Amino acid sequence: MIREFGTSELWFVVSSARWTLALTLIALGLGGVLGFVIALARVSRLAPLRWLAAGWIGLVQGVPVLMLLFLSYYGLSLAGLDLPPLVAAGISLSFYASGFLGEIWRGCIQSVPWQQWEASAALALSRAQQYRYVVLPQAVRIAVPPTVGFIVQLVKNTSIVSIIGVVELARAGHLVNNATFQPMRVFCVVALVYFCICWPISLAARWLERRMHVGRAG
Amino acid sequence: MSVVRVEGVRKSYGALEVLKGVSMQVERGEVVAIIGRSGSGKSTLLRCLNGLEPIQAGRIEVAGHTLDSSGKGLRDLRKDVGIVFQSYNLFPHLKVGENIMLAPRVVLGCSRAEARARAEQTLAQVGLAEKIEAWPDNLSGGQAQRVAIARSLAMQPKVMLFDEVTSALDPELTGEVLATLEGLAQAGMTMLLVTHEMAFARRVAHRTVFMHQGLLHEEGPSEALFSAPRTAELRQFLSGGLK
Amino acid sequence: MAFEFQFQPVLAQSEVLLDGLYLTLELAGTGIVLGGLLGTLLAVLRGVVPALRWPIGVYVEVVRNTPFLVQLFIVYLGLPEAGLRMSAEQAAVITMTLNLGAYATEIVRAGLESVHKSQIEAGLSLALTRWQVFRHVVLGPALARVWPSLSSQFVLMLLSSSVFSFISVQELSGAASNVEQDTFRSFETYIVITVLYLAMAMALRVVLAVLGRVMFAAPVRAR
Repeated sequence: MIREFGTSELWFVVSSARWTLALTLIALGLGGVLGFVIALARVSRLAPLRWLAAGWIGLVQGVPVLMLLFLSYYGLSLAGLDLPPLVAAGISLSFYASGFLGEIWRGCIQSVPWQQWEASAALALSRAQQYRYVVLPQAVRIAVPPTVGFIVQLVKNTSIVSIIGVVELARAGHLVNNATFQPMRVFCVVALVYFCICWPISLAARWLERRMHVGRAG
Repeated sequence: MSVVRVEGVRKSYGALEVLKGVSMQVERGEVVAIIGRSGSGKSTLLRCLNGLEPIQAGRIEVAGHTLDSSGKGLRDLRKDVGIVFQSYNLFPHLKVGENIMLAPRVVLGCSRAEARARAEQTLAQVGLAEKIEAWPDNLSGGQAQRVAIARSLAMQPKVMLFDEVTSALDPELTGEVLATLEGLAQAGMTMLLVTHEMAFARRVAHRTVFMHQGLLHEEGPSEALFSAPRTAELRQFLSGGLK
Repeated sequence: MAFEFQFQPVLAQSEVLLDGLYLTLELAGTGIVLGGLLGTLLAVLRGVVPALRWPIGVYVEVVRNTPFLVQLFIVYLGLPEAGLRMSAEQAAVITMTLNLGAYATEIVRAGLESVHKSQIEAGLSLALTRWQVFRHVVLGPALARVWPSLSSQFVLMLLSSSVFSFISVQELSGAASNVEQDTFRSFETYIVITVLYLAMAMALRVVLAVLGRVMFAAPVRAR
């Protein structure tokens, strides 16, 4: 039976955005923790750690998100973990986020001038103390705008997990379209919801970046 | 016969009037130095002569081409007027030779061989014949400025404008550029120079013009102007150092 | 029970996989060239025609703030509703061009704006026309400066092409799901495909770096 694209369908699409947001937050949290470890490993004094981190970043940035999804989905189930799609999706998106955030944050850590390391070493701070009190506070400031910018990529890429049956925005659009056969209307609404989530974040990222440049010039 | 004729030129940036009705003439083969404090309008005048700044009133005639506030005849004028900037402005993506060959080729329609010949000749003229295949980023400031001069010369201009061409250079590099300018002057080129090099202006320029608050305040043969300034402003400027 | 990797059944289907690989390269190559050109064109247009600044800005923002997958659905499923029928491959190329075009517009715009005003003045004062200044003085250094960003975007585009399998295009990911269904070796299949994507991405990076070296020979500084 063909249904009209009415308010209940509209509500179904809009409310499914909560899963898009949930996936984004999961990936941001888990991926952020993992990404932070990777960023530190990437600038570690131990060469094998650096290589491992570089390899992970190269892998994540060198394959489609779709492949990360399939690999974690099938890999985890082969490992005997029969995970619900939502969890598998969250894990794969976390891997994805960790590779990009790790690389972004590595750049931020390295953009702190080496004199800062020298100066803090001269004060007899340990390596951990140098990170904790001198380098990271400066790196975090630099990291905020590109990190916020990356969230937009993350939100958009959650759409890919629709293929394993997580009913987030894109999947909801697909389901409604199958019932109504009004793809133009349905997917424009879906796009609009994504836009309403992403655009403010993009604007915020740009505003933060501009503010930082002004701050540096002044 | 005047090669440059400036009549009542006015130029404003918004409410700020920088040139308040400037008139002057430059004869063929004449070397004229323009001096004055920063903000006196001397660089602006030079940029107006080449149409880089539109003028609000008055008339500029260079080498027979007229430029008025409508901005017509701009490109014809620019073919005959070379300008060299303080910051060289070489094109970083083109080798030295290609920098020089660009305008002869695309503006004058020269063949590659002819443009190349012009590049070789003008580079020899500024003493940098061996740099034809070098990249601009690998030149010293003095060399870059001499290449910029060669680039303008390759268009075979009738008038050359120099906008504080030694101001961005380290002191030990200004000499080579000034020597190049002096050579050009001796070869009979008509030249207008905005400069802070008072000794150079006095020695090389036939005539010196002192600009003050957007007007020609005092002018005369260089030697006379420097040794016996008539106005209090010029006296103060000359005794007060460069700026 | 430990899992035993069996790659033979997957590799036995190498012909299907290579066909998919080839189609991925073909689609992504076309999309990258067209999208790059579209982006350059729009970046220039928005500078030359002030009236176009706003519409181009809207296009860029809309594309950059919505998922590629949804854009693909609008083009492939939505446009036929408006009477525009096309094959899945055509929809793929169109979506890629429009998507990459928006990113490239932003990147090239930044490059054009990074060329200093004094370079333009130097060109104009040599009697070059505005067009000649743009063509000989501005465009080269602008593109050279943003070539690394453009290259990254091109690689992302190549990887994004995997979502074309959602509309049954038989590119590499599409081929993969066929192989997976035939062999029941899902994990092995996707490991093989992942290696192929990695190799393609690396190769594309190398090609773009070499291309950059050839096209932008000069040692252009960051600013």
